[in-house]
Amino acid sequence: MNVLVILIPVSLLLGAGGLAAFFWALRNRQFEDPEGDARRILTRDYDERPKAPRE
Amino acid sequence: MSGPAAPSACPACVAAPAARDRAGAGEIGGNIILSLPTAHCAACISAVERRLEQEPGVRAARVNLTLRRVTIDAEETLSPAHLVNVLAGIGYEAHELDSTTLAATETDRRGRDLLMRLAVAGFAMMNVMMLSVAVWSGASDTTRDLFHWVSAFVAVPAVIFAARPFFDNAWSALRVRRLNMDVPISLAIILATVMSLYETSLGGKHAYFDAALSLTFFLLAGRYLDYRTRSVARSAAEELAALEVPRALLESGESVAVADLRPGDRVRVLPGTRVPVDGEVEEGESELDRSLLTGESLPVAVGPGQRLNAGEMNLTGPLVLRVQAAGEDSSLRRMAELVALAETSRNRYTSLADRAAAVYAPLVHLLALFAFAGWYAATGDIRLSVNIAVAVLIITCPCALGLAVPAVTTAASGRLFRAGMLIKSPTALERLAEADTVVFDKTGTLTLGQPEPVGIEEHRRTDLAVARALAEGSGHPLSQALCGAIRAAGIAPAALDEIREVPGHGVEAVWQGRRVRLGRADWVGAAPAGGTAAYLAIDGQAPVIFAFSDRLRPGAAALVQGLKRRGLDVILLSGDAPAAVADVAVRTGIEAWEAEMLPADKAARIAMLAKSGRRVLMVGDGLNDTAALASAHVSISPASALEAARVVSDIVLLGASLEPVEEALATARAATRRIKENFTIAALYNMIAVPVALAGLATPLAAALAMSGSSIMVSLNALRLVRR
Repeated sequence: MNVLVILIPVSLLLGAGGLAAFFWALRNRQFEDPEGDARRILTRDYDERPKAPRE
Repeated sequence: MSGPAAPSACPACVAAPAARDRAGAGEIGGNIILSLPTAHCAACISAVERRLEQEPGVRAARVNLTLRRVTIDAEETLSPAHLVNVLAGIGYEAHELDSTTLAATETDRRGRDLLMRLAVAGFAMMNVMMLSVAVWSGASDTTRDLFHWVSAFVAVPAVIFAARPFFDNAWSALRVRRLNMDVPISLAIILATVMSLYETSLGGKHAYFDAALSLTFFLLAGRYLDYRTRSVARSAAEELAALEVPRALLESGESVAVADLRPGDRVRVLPGTRVPVDGEVEEGESELDRSLLTGESLPVAVGPGQRLNAGEMNLTGPLVLRVQAAGEDSSLRRMAELVALAETSRNRYTSLADRAAAVYAPLVHLLALFAFAGWYAATGDIRLSVNIAVAVLIITCPCALGLAVPAVTTAASGRLFRAGMLIKSPTALERLAEADTVVFDKTGTLTLGQPEPVGIEEHRRTDLAVARALAEGSGHPLSQALCGAIRAAGIAPAALDEIREVPGHGVEAVWQGRRVRLGRADWVGAAPAGGTAAYLAIDGQAPVIFAFSDRLRPGAAALVQGLKRRGLDVILLSGDAPAAVADVAVRTGIEAWEAEMLPADKAARIAMLAKSGRRVLMVGDGLNDTAALASAHVSISPASALEAARVVSDIVLLGASLEPVEEALATARAATRRIKENFTIAALYNMIAVPVALAGLATPLAAALAMSGSSIMVSLNALRLVRR
């Protein structure tokens, strides 16, 4: 049963990693415009990288 | 964990200052927001963004297609009106949305907050469930205890964070000594967690951490669905409201907010604009369209000394107005008070969910208490009795009930949104399903409020050619309708000289050396005919009469027929003259109609119907309908309605057609039926589960199975509404 000592923390960490990624996405407003984002992949405008931050 | 973003967990801190971070992900801290109702594809996005970014002074522009908006980061000096024109230049309709900016970020924040809690609950639920499966499949002794402790380690903080909205709601209900659905929910979650913690510390067999978390997860999912449905409707309704920014033009040419006007100010009202305040005409002559205020379809002539009310539309000549009443004692304000009075009566409606909760919550608590008392009396074992009481609470926790309503309203609202309707009130569907009487307004609701010439082909071609040339010289709605109809008949305009418009009277010109006039009967020297008409006089010829009738809104007659087929009573209440009302009543097939009604009369008539036990659906668009809309059981207004009317109605029709109303009614009835079915499913499940729990036979596994099973059944039942 010693394998549990490794596996349980690992599974928790992986889950927490997923949660953190979701939080990051939410904070960065990745879910702000699902419809627009779905269409944007069809345009040639931003293929290389996201728009440069304004400065 | 969130990279460059602020380290704080508070969503409020994230929303405000992190504009630069967001720009990296494509979001812009813009200072101008425009609504783009016609944008719909990838090409629209790049066309709008590219054009705006070419504009000097625009730093960045980002289209949000979900909300049909564009957020623009521009220099302070750039005016939104200029950008609206720029977009109009490439064929996109745009409207300024400044006042709603704050409200929009506010609602976004709530949605993200709920989503975050939902994610935490989901993560914790899955991990704890994984450990629970091991326990259920036979882990024992130290392994079981270890698993329980790990579960507790994950579950306790997760429950405290994720279930906060329920605790807050339950507490605010308890503070005013009321019970809502959140009270049994919170109690079940808290008791399940605390009892499991206690059992774990004693090395007990059963822990309900997974149940506490899956309850939280499912219920949060319901909450989020509910929120999403309403926020889509709300933001669209806000856009409609923000389209009219109330401003007035002072005589000096300066544009000021209506709120800043003082009695005695002189205001200029240009043709084609609305009268911004109550006042008296000082200079100028014109005709006014009062249909939104009174329902009259005929334009009224006005001149110096006459009193105007805010909201009327100036048709032909410029007017100068002395402000008589602004703010408190204007006619708009009095109307608003009437509406406020009517609103309070409707707020008493309690939703199906609340009614169910009022019965359900006390019952559940009594059952749990009864289980505890019974087992304690029988065995004298407090720990066992508490365990069973908690099992009863968990099993009866209205998980399916919590999903029953939002799942159905989400499905129904989505369906209606695609059909061109916005559901503004959360209980609108339930109330709509109960409607048994439909009251229509005439002008602007059953009709488009746009006159249409009748019998054009009966006139001589030369008359029509002259009429078209004259009509082209005027912006009056009758002229424009006439011009459009003659153009459609394929008749070219005659060549005229010296065309000039006489405000409040008509258009005059010279044709082949003869004087010709198109306008009011007395001005051209014709005998007035009944109904709406324009008169053409050619020197040396008898005057020609062009009769107009108000065009029916598409789908109006079909809707009335459909409603009658469904067995609803249809009534037409209008402020217009009896002849015009009778005409529309005949064309749509409505037998019961009343004309020349004042706004208060309409509201009183609806109150009378309500008193005789009728549930009234009011469909109206004008200021004269707002009180009636507010006092009706449920109300619908077209998107062309005045802002005040749209604000008080529960459902807004986005398209021009009335046809979707019947679909709304059918969907509302189906939705209410589904909600009741869902309640039945939940009740059936309780009937089976409660005796098992009372008998002390419920294990955490049984609770988890039953809970997920009923939740899934309820959701699937709701989804049946989407197809069909």
